[in-house]
This record gives sequence, C-alpha cells and structure tokens, in this order.
Amino acid sequence: MADTRTIEIEVLRYNPEKDAEPHFETFQVPFTNDTSVLQGLLYIKDHLDGSLTFRWSCRMAICGSCGKMVNGKPELSCHTFLRDYYPGKVRIEPLSHFPVLRDLVIDQRDFTEKKLPAIKPYIVPGNPQPLSAGTYVQTPQQFHKYYQYSQCINCLLCYAACPQYGLKPDFAGPAVLALLHRYNADSRDRGWEERAEVLNAEEGVWGCTLVGYCSEVCPKGVDPAHAINQNKVNSTMDYFGVLKFLMPRGGS
Amino acid sequence: MQVVQTDIVVVGGGGAGLRAAIAVAESDPRLRVALVSKVVPMRSHTVAAEGGSAGVVRDDDSLDSHFDDTVGGGDWLCDQDVVEYFVAHCAEEMVQLEHWGCPWSRKDDGHINVRFFGGMKFQRTWFASDKTGFHMLHTLFQTSHKYPPIKRYDEYFCADLIVEDGRVQGVVAIDIATGEFLLLECKAAIICTGGAGRVFGQNTNAGIVTGDGMGMAYHHGVPLRDMEFVQYHPTALPGSGVLITEGCRGEGGILTNKDGYRYLQDYGLGPLDPWPRPKAMELGPRDRLSQAFWYEEQKGRTVSTPLGQVVLLDLRHLGAAKIHERLPLITEVAKTFMGIDPVVSPIPVRPAVHYSMGGIPCNAHTETPLKGLYAAGECSSVGIHGANRLGSNSLAELVVFGKVAGDRAAQYVKAAPAPRSGAAAAQADAVEKRLLGMLGRDKGDRLATIRDEMHQAMDTGVGIFRKADTMQATCANLAKLRDRYRSGLKLDDRNRAFNTEWLSAIELGFTLEIAEVIAQSALNRKESRGAHTRLDEFKERDDENYLKHTLAYRTGDGPPRIEYAPVTITKSPPKTRVYGGEGKKAELT
Repeated sequence: MADTRTIEIEVLRYNPEKDAEPHFETFQVPFTNDTSVLQGLLYIKDHLDGSLTFRWSCRMAICGSCGKMVNGKPELSCHTFLRDYYPGKVRIEPLSHFPVLRDLVIDQRDFTEKKLPAIKPYIVPGNPQPLSAGTYVQTPQQFHKYYQYSQCINCLLCYAACPQYGLKPDFAGPAVLALLHRYNADSRDRGWEERAEVLNAEEGVWGCTLVGYCSEVCPKGVDPAHAINQNKVNSTMDYFGVLKFLMPRGGS
Repeated sequence: MQVVQTDIVVVGGGGAGLRAAIAVAESDPRLRVALVSKVVPMRSHTVAAEGGSAGVVRDDDSLDSHFDDTVGGGDWLCDQDVVEYFVAHCAEEMVQLEHWGCPWSRKDDGHINVRFFGGMKFQRTWFASDKTGFHMLHTLFQTSHKYPPIKRYDEYFCADLIVEDGRVQGVVAIDIATGEFLLLECKAAIICTGGAGRVFGQNTNAGIVTGDGMGMAYHHGVPLRDMEFVQYHPTALPGSGVLITEGCRGEGGILTNKDGYRYLQDYGLGPLDPWPRPKAMELGPRDRLSQAFWYEEQKGRTVSTPLGQVVLLDLRHLGAAKIHERLPLITEVAKTFMGIDPVVSPIPVRPAVHYSMGGIPCNAHTETPLKGLYAAGECSSVGIHGANRLGSNSLAELVVFGKVAGDRAAQYVKAAPAPRSGAAAAQADAVEKRLLGMLGRDKGDRLATIRDEMHQAMDTGVGIFRKADTMQATCANLAKLRDRYRSGLKLDDRNRAFNTEWLSAIELGFTLEIAEVIAQSALNRKESRGAHTRLDEFKERDDENYLKHTLAYRTGDGPPRIEYAPVTITKSPPKTRVYGGEGKKAELT
C-alpha cells in the first residue's frame, strides 16, 4: 500500500448524558492518499474509541448523511480527503446552526419535519392525466428550468453556511427554497399558488440577505442562491399581480 | 415502553418502503401506516443506484423479450409467473414516477429516453442521467408528504418483530436519538430493508446495508431463499468499492485489460464486431463479466495498482458532451476518488459485491410464509432475479412490488384480528432486556474485529468462484465468529442516546447469521448456476438436481437447515444461456 502517514484529528465531543459542555478530543490517525475524512472518523470508531458518534452511509456523496464542519467549512466528510489538510491537523465539528444531539450528530428535524413539508415538495397537478395516457411531454427547455434544482441531496451544508439561518432559524433556508423553486418551475406542476405563502413570507425568499455562501458549499451545484434570487423577482411580480400573466402555469 | 397502535408497519424507507406506504395510503386513507426507518428515508441505499430502471416502452421491444432476458439472465431460477407479472407492470410504475415528478432523461422531442443495459436485448432502461436511484428515491420521499396517513418514524431502528398466534402483531424499534424502545402494535408488517452487501468486505453498498429485515424474519422461522446467489458488479472502484454504473457500458463504454485488449471476447461474449450490439461483449450480464475479470487476473493480464488489480473502463470515445450529460455522477466520483477525468483517461475498475439475489421468500402478492408479513425490494426473494439479476430490474422491482405489498397488506388488515396487546408487550420487554444487556459487558471482542474477520471469511470463501474446501473453511470460521459474538462484544459506548456502536453490534448479529446462510447455501448447491459458480467438480448447471430454490431455516446456534423447493416454470423451459454471437449493430440513442 502507498505511503501511510499520521494526521491529528481533533473532534468535538458532546454526550448529553454526561457532559455539561462540548469539548475537543484529539486522535492520531494513519492515512494514505485516498483516505477521506469519513474514513478517518471510521478508523477512530473501529480502533480507538467506539463511542465517537457521527452519521454516514453511502460514502460516495449522494446520500447526504455525512456533512460536518471540517476546519470550519461545511463539507461532506466522504468527499473531503485527509491528504489535503496534512501536515496540519483537521478539526471536525457538527454542522453549524443546528442543535447537537451527540458528538457530530445534529438534530435535523427542523428541516425534515417542518421546513421540507411546508413547501409541498411534490407535483400538484392541474389537470391530472391517467397513467394510461403515458408520460407528460417536457421539452429540453422546460426540463432545464427545474432540473438543476432537483439535484439537492438534503445534506444541509447550505444551512450550516447560511448566516441568516444561524441568526433566524425560522428562515426557510437555501435547500427548501431551491426545492420550492424546483416544483414551481416544473411544467407538470400547478402548485405555485399553494406554495406562495411560504415563498413570499418574511421567512421565505425575503429572509435571504444574498451572502451566497450556500451555493459555494453546495456539493451538487444546485445553486440555491440563484433559485432564491429568481424567486425574489417572482415574489415581487406576484405582489403586483403580474406573475399570473407571465407564467402560463401560475394558477391557471 | 411506549406503545403505538397502527395498522401497518413498513420497515425501511427506501424505494420499496416508500412505494408500499404510498400504496397503503392510496388504497384506503383511513388506514394508519407507520414508516419506520433507521435513516431518514432519503438517505436509504436506493439513493446510490445509478444506471436505471427497466420498463418496456419502445415499439421494437416486447414484454416477452423482457421476460426472456430476465429468465435467461437468471439462469432459469426465476419464478416465471412472477416475472410475467413484473414485466407487465414495470412501465406503468415508471409512468407513475414521471407523474410524481421524477426527472427521467428525455429525448429532444420531450419524450422519455431509454438506454441499453447488460443482458437486455432492447433499449428499455429508463434513466435519470446516472442518478436514477437518487431521483426515484427523492421523488418518492417528497411525494410521500402528500399522504397524511403515513406517519414517519425517522431514525428508529427496528430490532425485532412480535409474532403471536402465528402472525405478526408488532415491531419493536429503538428511537436512535434517545435509545428508548418503542412497540408498534400492528396487524401487518412490510419488510423493505434492502440487501446484505455489508456481509462482504469488498462491496458497493452503503454502511446501512446490513440485512436487518432478513435477519428479523429468519429469527421468526421464515427461511431465507437462494442466498448463495450474490451478485458481483463488474465495475466498482478498487479500494473503496464505489459503484461505476453499468450505464457506462450501456452508453458504449468498453473494458480493456493491461494490453488494451477487449478481453471479454475470450469469454463467450464475442466476437467484437459489430459493436455495439445487445447481450454481447460489454453488454453481457454481470455474472459473466465478473467471472471474466477473475480469469484475466489469473492470467496476469490485469493492471496492477496500489489498490489492487484492475481492468480499464474506457469512455473516451463517447466524447465530453455525452459523458457530461449521461454520466455526470461517475465523472465526479472518478475525479474525487481516483483523480481521473473519464473524458481523458480510462477508469480503473474491478468487481465488488453489489446485490443479494436471494432474501425473504414471498409470492407474487409479496406474502411471506409468516401471516401478516410482507416483503418487497432487495430484502425479498419474490422470484424475478433467479441466479443472476439483470441490471435495471431491481429499481423497477422496488416500485412494482412495493405497490403490490402496500395494496395486499391494506386488504389483509381489514379482515385481520386486532393485535393482542398483553402478549406483544411481554415479548417486547424481553427484546428490550436482551438488547440492553449488550451495553454492560466488560469483556469480549471488539465489534470491528468480528466484522473484519467475517468480511475476510466471506471474501475468500464465497467470492466470484467457489470451491468446497474454501467454503467449508468459511463455514467453520463463521460458526466460530457466531460463538464469539454470542459470548458478547465489549462496547466502548455504554450510553443510550445515539449509540451507533450498539446499533452496529445488533446489526452484526443479523449479518453474521446471513453470512452463514450464504456460505452454507453455497456449499450445499452442488452445481454452477448464474452468480454461484464453482471451480471444483460441480462446474456445470445441474437442472436435474438443482433447478430448485434453496431454503435455509434457522436452527438456533448451529448452521441452518437446508431444504429445496420447486421453481415455477410457465413458458420457458431451461436452455443454455448464450451471449455474444452473431447480431446486428445497435443504434445507441
């Protein structure tokens, strides 16, 4: 096997059953050129301390489980490599702006149980056609209006990056607003009006202060900041009542 | 212990579980359905499926052709009545997903596109670039929000079933965040927990794919069927095992050895030309391609890398535009994990364990031998994959049989008696006591030690090729590992809240038993068929003695008892499996 080196990994520890305050613990971890930060954590769990707690699953950057702060930046730990931090150390913390359940595990229910359901993340058909009629037709132009925004893996890195979410947890936040746009922009959907309340609210697109860090950390190129900006325009037009005329699907 | 009353518990929130839950809600909105998953549903391993999902739509294609490809691909171990139902319902489910918003890749005219896949005679694989599983899963997960009867229990680990009076009456789960136990009393349970790829070391599977549902059913007397048939995917990254989709070859990618030679022509998959043509060369079935790799490695014709022996998957001739449109995920994966851009360099690949063809036996209605228990998806053995699954049949299986399971369970519970609470509670308390006992042990092996030794035993004994002596050694090793597991692991983590070490230890209990079922079933099958191929005196298929399903029954601490059951043949008597040969050149869309 290629050269094995040793790196220092500093991990935030917090056990609600024992600790009053979180603290850092340091581990020496052997690694090679292809060792991800996640594999470093798995090494610690297997060999040094089985109580180190973190989420992970697919290890190929598609399930969205393993987001952490790595040296202060939101990253998928399976997609981030120890070689890039050596000879320095790596400091791993839970994603910012979320309550911590234990060690590196955040409480993500604000997203899964409140914010995501609120936007009606599904096709609201106008005049539904039966399955026997086959698939809808979508031109490449119609397809590309929403496709990019359907790439979100719900990893929540953008929430950890969003200063507004840190300050005002009621803010719907980047991923959810991008998904809202994904459905509004889909030619099969007529749910635009049903989602308008979330979109236009103070906690909707207007909660965003245009920092744009969400799009920078997104591992899938969803560009939530762009989705939000487009919807600020839509929201303004909606306010003035012009959107229905410009968007044939709107409310028709 | 907290108790919740519901009608149906769906265990597992991947493609099959979500589809089943939606089917229950659609068939009768008054029914209560609990969707219990150890991860938030959109993290489930369906997310990692890449290439696509089968469904006959083209004018040149037919249901008979999909049937023939599937039954032949499965080396005639498929239940043909079930395959007939399956192929007839795939396209409908693909259309349903489209209506729910799934972003299927389309042609310029706005209609959905289909691609070639290994062992399929026509283009019939629906795809959403190379993230088909991801898009199907998120479509189903997001759509599930439409249905108020679905009550989700995210990050609840199902630890056991409650069986009383010969039927399922509940599920015991652990709320992972707190470590508290929950009893879900129900009239029916649908197991949708996926495969068991983590039984092996070299695999493409996510960490959660530990066969929990199979293990739970097995503990309650349900046999596991055809577990010796384990699919090696021919193209995974060396080291990590990350999957490189068959879609690469469906789009025209080729495999070469260290001399740049397309070696598959030496293994009954040629001749080379005309290329591309279906069911030949790189579009052959997965078992044959993985076996060919093994022979190349024996001949010293593979490429040596620091991560082991590989062959090369070459996409360069497809051009940057097509690679980026059709295969963006594997492009990103190759860059991240191997530092390789497939537009300019071939991708190093080798086989890795990918899929469990066997599982919990069920009929075309997804009913298992245990009353009130249904199974769908990879954890099940409904009978469509036989001895070797064709790529893109498994995503279709999730939705076709997920729906059947939801519909059938919904019908069943209307007439089923209410659970007997007292009996269920007593059983649940016993489960809690047993599992909490794992937290207090002061001596024993480390979890990782047993797990790694199991991986080693499985990778060496029941790999791509098998022999009696090495399988026997593996069986003996597994028996010892089960002994050591039984005498207790020493866990570092004694806490209840989010104790993932404890959960992994429970999973390992299931995994070890499944490993033993795989190895014993393999040892007992004295023939070669599909993915079960032997190098000893049983190199040939033996229809006279083994055109049968294996059934492995739990006997307690010892090895399983192996029995056999007939295979349903309706219209396709066993023939020789032929790939390659003459054929006309295919047009790739």
